[in-house]
Amino acid sequence: MIARRDAGARPATPQDRSARALWQAYRWRWGRRRLLARALAKRRQLRVVADRTSSIAPGAVLAFLCLRNEAQRLPYLLQHYRGLGVDHFLVVDNGSDDGSDALLSGEPDISLWRTDASYRLARFGLDWVTWLQIRHGHGHWCLTVDADELLVYPFWQTRPLPALCHELARRGRSSMAALMLDLYPKGRVGDTPYRAGDDPLDRIDWFDAGNYTIRRQPGQDSLWVQGGPRARCFFADAPRRAPTLNKLPLVFWNRRHVYLNSTHAALPPRLNRAYDDDGGEQLSGALLHTKFLDQIVTRSGEERLRGEHFANSALYDRYYEALTENPTLWTPQSTRYRGWRHLEALGLMSRGGWI
Amino acid sequence: MTVGFIMLCHDALERAAQIARHWAERDCPMVIHVDSRVSAARFRKFRDAVKDLDNVAFSPRVKCEWGGWSLVSATLKASEIMLREFPQAHHIYLASGTCLPLRSVSELKTYLAERADTSFIESVTTADVPWTKGGLDSERFTLRFPFSWKKQRFLFDAYVQLQRRLKFKRRIPYGIRPHMGSQWWCLTRRSLKAILEDPRRREFERYFQRVWIPDESYFQTLVRLHPGRVESRSLTLSKFDFQGKPHIFYDDHLQLLRRSDCFVARKIWPQADRLYTHFLSGDDNSTNLAEPNPGKIDRIFAKAIERRTRGRAGLYMVSRFPRAEYDNGRTCARYSIFEGFGDLFHDFPNWLHRATGVRAHGHLFGPDRAEFADGQRVYSGALSDNPRLRDYNCNAFLTNLLWNTRGERQAFLFGPRDTQDIAGFFAFDPNAEIKVVTGAWAVPLFQSDAPFSEIRREAARLQKIESAHLNLLRGPHVKARVSIWSMADFVEAPLEPLQGLVEDTGTWNARKLTEAPRMKELTGFGQFLQNLKNEGMNPYMMGDFPSGDGPDVEKPDIRKPYIVR
Repeated sequence: MIARRDAGARPATPQDRSARALWQAYRWRWGRRRLLARALAKRRQLRVVADRTSSIAPGAVLAFLCLRNEAQRLPYLLQHYRGLGVDHFLVVDNGSDDGSDALLSGEPDISLWRTDASYRLARFGLDWVTWLQIRHGHGHWCLTVDADELLVYPFWQTRPLPALCHELARRGRSSMAALMLDLYPKGRVGDTPYRAGDDPLDRIDWFDAGNYTIRRQPGQDSLWVQGGPRARCFFADAPRRAPTLNKLPLVFWNRRHVYLNSTHAALPPRLNRAYDDDGGEQLSGALLHTKFLDQIVTRSGEERLRGEHFANSALYDRYYEALTENPTLWTPQSTRYRGWRHLEALGLMSRGGWI
Repeated sequence: MTVGFIMLCHDALERAAQIARHWAERDCPMVIHVDSRVSAARFRKFRDAVKDLDNVAFSPRVKCEWGGWSLVSATLKASEIMLREFPQAHHIYLASGTCLPLRSVSELKTYLAERADTSFIESVTTADVPWTKGGLDSERFTLRFPFSWKKQRFLFDAYVQLQRRLKFKRRIPYGIRPHMGSQWWCLTRRSLKAILEDPRRREFERYFQRVWIPDESYFQTLVRLHPGRVESRSLTLSKFDFQGKPHIFYDDHLQLLRRSDCFVARKIWPQADRLYTHFLSGDDNSTNLAEPNPGKIDRIFAKAIERRTRGRAGLYMVSRFPRAEYDNGRTCARYSIFEGFGDLFHDFPNWLHRATGVRAHGHLFGPDRAEFADGQRVYSGALSDNPRLRDYNCNAFLTNLLWNTRGERQAFLFGPRDTQDIAGFFAFDPNAEIKVVTGAWAVPLFQSDAPFSEIRREAARLQKIESAHLNLLRGPHVKARVSIWSMADFVEAPLEPLQGLVEDTGTWNARKLTEAPRMKELTGFGQFLQNLKNEGMNPYMMGDFPSGDGPDVEKPDIRKPYIVR
C-alpha cells in the first residue's frame, strides 16, 4: 500500500449548472439571509443568565440546546455529552419553571440564556440558537440537539467528539447525519418510572429496526426520512405528516450557516449532503430519542394546549390525544438496543470506513 | 551498533517529545525536525522537554509543504546531521511525531542486526502498481508541478491538463527508474550515505524538486542506484483510506496493533492515552523475534474501504441513498414474485413454503393490508401491514422487508388487484424472479357471486392493469428474470413449470416435487370466459381456453350457477 494513492488531479465532479439549479441556489441564498436576519432580530428576546463564553478555547466542540422544563433529563444529558467531550454548552431556557435553570446556571461549562417568548414564533427555538451560533459557533464543530436526544456514533465510547470531528474534517466533510431513533419501553409508555440522573436506556430500550422510508428532497439536496414507532402507531392514516427523523446534529459552523427546519436540514444545501449517493456509505450516527419516558403522558396534554410544537398544531391534536391515552408502542417485532455495533449491523448508522 | 531515528514533527509536540524521550533513553540517537510553522514558543518548550538527553539533536527548521520538496529537504538535512554526529547508528529510521513504537527497541535492534545490510523501504516502479484511479502516477515524474495541490487546486489541475494537452514531458535524468513507496523508511547507514554523497546529487535534487510528492519517490528511487539489499516494504504500519489520507489509530485499536507485530505505527490520535501508556511501558528486554505481520490489519482496512466506497447492497439509510439509476444492488437479496398462482391454487404460499422452505407471503401489496406470512400484523423490523403506510413509499417497504429478513429467501404473491407502483421497482431489479400465469385473476371472479355486470366491469379493469404490467415486464430494460405462462397453457400441464419453480426458488437440496398444490375447481371456466365475450368483453389474457367445457361438462353437479341474462 502506498500513501496518497488517489490524491491526483481531481476527477471532474458533475455540477449542476443549469439555469434552474442556479436560480434555486440563488433563492436558497436569500432564504438563508432572511433566516440570519430573523435570528438577528430575535436576539433581543434572549436575556443572559450566565455568560461564560469567554472560556471557549479555539477548536472547542460546542453544544447548543434549547429547552423547556427538562430537569428530569438534564443530569443524564449533561453527563452523556460531557463524556463525549463537549467543551461548552450554550443553552436557551424557554421559560422553564421546574428548576432546569437552577441546574444549569451554576455549571462552569454552561452559558445560559433565558426567554419567555414564543417557541413557535422563534422557528421552534431555532432563531435563538442561530443567534448564539452566529456569535459563538463560528469556526467550531457545533452539536445542536434537543434535550431528549442522545448522540451515539461509531466507537463513541472510545473515541470522543474531537476525534470524530477530526475524522470528518480529514474527509473534507462539514456535517454528519444521524437517524433519530425513537426509543420506547416494553409496555405502556407511562408505566415505567424514570428518575432524574438514571440512564434512560435502562428504562426505554426498544426501537423499530427496519421500517424507515427515505425520499430525496431535491431542492435542498437532503434526504427525508420518516417511519419508526410514531409513524406506525399515530400517523398510519396520514404518513406524510409523520415526524421527520433525519438530523444533522454535528456541523462545522460558519456564521453564515443556518438550520432550515429544526436540525433536519441546513443552508447552504451542501451541508445536507451528508449521505453518499454513489453506493458508498458515509460516516453517520444515531440520536437516541428519549421522548417516550413516563412524563410524556402528562406532558402531551400540556403541549397540546400550548400549541407551540407544530406550525399547524390543530392537525396534530390526535397525536397528542393518543399520547395522553398512555399507548403501547412495543410490538413483538421491536428490537432491543444493544449498542452502536448492533445499530450499525442493522444498517441504521454506518462507520463509513472509519475503523 | 544501534538504530538512529529521524523524526519529522509539525503537530502534537507533547507526544513527539514523549516518543523522542522513549527512543533516546534506550540509546537510539535522535535527529528531530520541527516544521518552521510551529511557533517559537512551542518549539522552545519542545526543545526544553528533551534538553537533558545528549543523543537528541535538532536539524535546521524548514517550512514543510504537503507534497512538496521541503519534506525531502528537511529529511536530507536531518540525515546529514545523523550521519555526522552519531556514527554508532547502523540503521537510520525515518519516523514522524505521530508514530508510536509497538515493539521494544531491543527487538528492533535485534531484528535489524540480523539484517545488517538490508534497507527497508517500499520501492515499486510506477508501471507495476495497480493504483491508477484517475490519479497521477507516472506523470508525477514527467510533468511540472509549480502549484500547491492543497491551496491552489484549480491552478494545479489546470496546469496538469495544459501539459497533457501540449504533450509536455520532462526528461528523466539518465540512469534512474522512478520508484514510489511509503514515505517512512529504514535505511542502512551505507545506503543513506551513498545517496547523500552521490556525485550527481545536485542533478537529482534539481529534478526531484519539480516532481510531485517527492517524499514518496526521492529515496525510493535513489536507493535502487546503490549496492545493498532492498526489502521493498516499510517497517512502519501506515494505512490509507480511499482518499489517500492516512488512517488514525485510537485506543480501541490496542489489540489489533499488538497482534500486528509491526515495529512502529502511524498515525496515532494524540489523545489515545491507553495506546501510549501501553506501548511505551512495554518490557525492554522482550525477545519476540516475530516478523511484522500486518496482514490482518490490511484485510480489515480493505474491508473498511469497500464499506466506504461500495456500501452494503440494498441498504437505504441516512448516509447511504444511491441514486435511482445506480442499480448495482437495489435490494439486498434474491426474492420471488408469483403472479396468478394465488388465484389458481388453494393456499399457494403455504404449499410453496413446504415445498421450498422460502418465506412465502400472501399479497404483500394487496389492497386491504400487507399479507405477511402467518397472518402477522407487524413483521420483521416492526414493518406495519397498514396499506397506507406501505403505499406511502412502497419501494422502501419492499427494500426494508428484504433487508430486515436477509438470510431468508422471501417470496410473495402479486396481481392486478395490488398496488401497481411497486412493479416499476422490481421489474428493474436483477434480484427479482417473477413468475406469471396470465389471466388467473379471472378465477376469483369466476367463483364470485357478484352480479355479472359488475364482474364484467371488474374483469375489464383487471385485464387492462395486467396488460400494462406485462408490457412493463416484456420491456427491453427489464433486469428481473421473468417467466410468463398463459393460464390455458399452465393449466394443461402444470407439473413441469411447478417443478422448475421449486428448483429456481428452493433453498434446500431436496428439490424433488413431492406434493403438488391443489388447483381450484375450473369446471365451467371456459363457459365463464365465453359469457364475458358474449357481454362484449374480450378476455384474451388467459390464452386459448376451449369455449365449451370439454370433458368436464359431464360433471354438472360442481357447476356453478351463472347469472345469464
